[in-house]
Amino acid sequence: MSIKFEPPIGKFSRINGKCISLVGDDIDTDRIIPARFLKCIDFDSLGKSVFDDDRKTLKGNHPFDLETNKGSSILIVNSNFGCGSSREHAPQALMRWGIKAIIGESFADIFYSNCIAIGIPCFTLPKESIKEIQQYLDVKNLFLEIDLLESTAKAEQFKFNLEIKETSKKMFLSGEWDATSKLLENMDLIENKLSDLPYLKFNTN
Amino acid sequence: MSQNTLFDKVWDLHKVANLPGGSDQILIGLHLIHEVTSPQAFGALKDKNLKVKFPQRTVATVDHIVPTDNQSRPFKDNLAEQMIDTLEKNCIKHKIKFFNIGSGNQGIVHVVAPELGLTQPGMTIACGDSHTSTHGAFGSIAFGIGTSQVRDVLASQTIAMNKLKVRQIWCENKLSNGIYAKDLVLHIINQLGVKAGVGYAYEFAGPAISALSMEERMTICNMSIEGGARCGYINPDEKTFSYMKDKLCSPQNENWEKAVKWWKSLKSSDNCIYDDVFKLDASKVEPTITWGITPGQSIGVNQKIPSLNEIHPNDQFIAGEAYEYMGFKPGQSIKNTPIDVCFIGSCTNGRISDLRVAAQVLAHNKVAKNIKAFVVPGSEKVSKEAKEEGLDKIFIKAGFQWREPGCSMCLAMNSDKLIGNQVSASSSNRNFKGRQGSPSGRTLLMSPAMVAAASITGKVSDVRDFINK
Repeated sequence: MSIKFEPPIGKFSRINGKCISLVGDDIDTDRIIPARFLKCIDFDSLGKSVFDDDRKTLKGNHPFDLETNKGSSILIVNSNFGCGSSREHAPQALMRWGIKAIIGESFADIFYSNCIAIGIPCFTLPKESIKEIQQYLDVKNLFLEIDLLESTAKAEQFKFNLEIKETSKKMFLSGEWDATSKLLENMDLIENKLSDLPYLKFNTN
Repeated sequence: MSQNTLFDKVWDLHKVANLPGGSDQILIGLHLIHEVTSPQAFGALKDKNLKVKFPQRTVATVDHIVPTDNQSRPFKDNLAEQMIDTLEKNCIKHKIKFFNIGSGNQGIVHVVAPELGLTQPGMTIACGDSHTSTHGAFGSIAFGIGTSQVRDVLASQTIAMNKLKVRQIWCENKLSNGIYAKDLVLHIINQLGVKAGVGYAYEFAGPAISALSMEERMTICNMSIEGGARCGYINPDEKTFSYMKDKLCSPQNENWEKAVKWWKSLKSSDNCIYDDVFKLDASKVEPTITWGITPGQSIGVNQKIPSLNEIHPNDQFIAGEAYEYMGFKPGQSIKNTPIDVCFIGSCTNGRISDLRVAAQVLAHNKVAKNIKAFVVPGSEKVSKEAKEEGLDKIFIKAGFQWREPGCSMCLAMNSDKLIGNQVSASSSNRNFKGRQGSPSGRTLLMSPAMVAAASITGKVSDVRDFINK
């Protein structure tokens, strides 16, 4: 992690990487990055603090501390991952730790859109498939090749058909996932819409 | 797909375009910012050489990191000082209205905007905070966003978003005496689960909702996100309008009538279609308390902590984690659980009506020995009003500490924190592991009245024993 962090940019269709499993439902963003680490005006130092409380509690036995998980980039999680606070610090911390994609049973809404906004695709798989991967990871390392266009994750012994929102998939494939410039292209429409809003007409003070 | 609900009407009104990827470009009528999730967004604008396009549509206050004991500047905590300083500078640079400490209008962003009349029916409201759903109590479509989307709103006043589905939650009958909005919303989340709301906006409706005051409605909508719903709302009615009348930023004079007429047209039409409807009987709701580590893990005060076989298989893993973390055994009563800290405040329950109810319970009572109890008003306005009514004196006389406004121990970004595995009775919204500042701290969520009752006995108690005497 001493290498300077480079955020993802442009289009991509493949993510190859080693998987790391984090078992548990409803893992909230307070657990991903406790609030005390939100006292910052940039995201740069968050990577090392990801899951800080959980890691301290497990004294070196947390998946994010295990030697065998070093260099992992595909996070395997269970249901409602990222619930709670809207803090983008959570996916930012995961990304700075090294996570490039997440596969889970389900994701909380705001966490999902934060991930997409910063370039972490989140895929879903049925409960049984997640369990299968997590049980495999309990004993062995697993490298997955994710093909975004085909929505598949492959390894020698596995092939999974991943689900991802069509809008998110298109964004990554086209490289238009950095939304700001796309939004700004419609400035004329935005200004028209603003001038039409009824409530701006009667809010004069 | 839903049709003709308030959500559909407001969404369509604010839809700017279909984006190439398939999501909608949505105009944000009111953008609220605070010190925690905005600095990186302003930083990104600078990196991209962009400016704040419509600065008059953004309003700022400071809430998460402010100390509640001594607010003199510079703050003792250097990092907190750096954050407020950064917000001050960004607001000056980009000409954004900022309600700073001492302005008389500072406070938790979701308390401040409604009390100023900034929050209005029919608006889209976004803020880098998940409890933005609070503003839906007025019939606005309000939701939390992340920092990248804060950047997008600052730059373009719009965001890219997929339209949500709409679930109506119909609450039949009325809440009984001693049962509050907090109990109802905890009950709803328990019934539906913490992930049922993913992909949905929740419309809260029915006689039990209509009977609630505006502040109680805010409590309900505030916790939509704890049920997974990014957005929760209530159709506006006469109570909405009378709450808003003559607020600082409400429409004035001849504009008022025009506004009310338009607001009335927004409510979900009689022939509207929901994606889903869920019904419950509000008269059955008990004083409700969380026993676990998600806001869905709650029971009535006289119930026992459920055993694994009473819990849905999908929720058993987190239940197991909860027993261990909380130190509770299945089948154990929640009543009489010893408490260490009592906290009244937060965007869920830090409003004047919350303080009034708690003060009523506390009058002529004393906080039990060895309990740390403190009350943090939601805003400077709430604090002022409470003092005018003498509520501060009631709290102090009972043994509570009276603090300055802020988010405080809801998320413990300031120095208000649990220590070790202390148990708190808290009027806030989240009982996650470590949420209140200690990695082993334990939170029991409940209504402010129930927190007050717990402070008197030093253990979880039924508030009805205090108010129904």
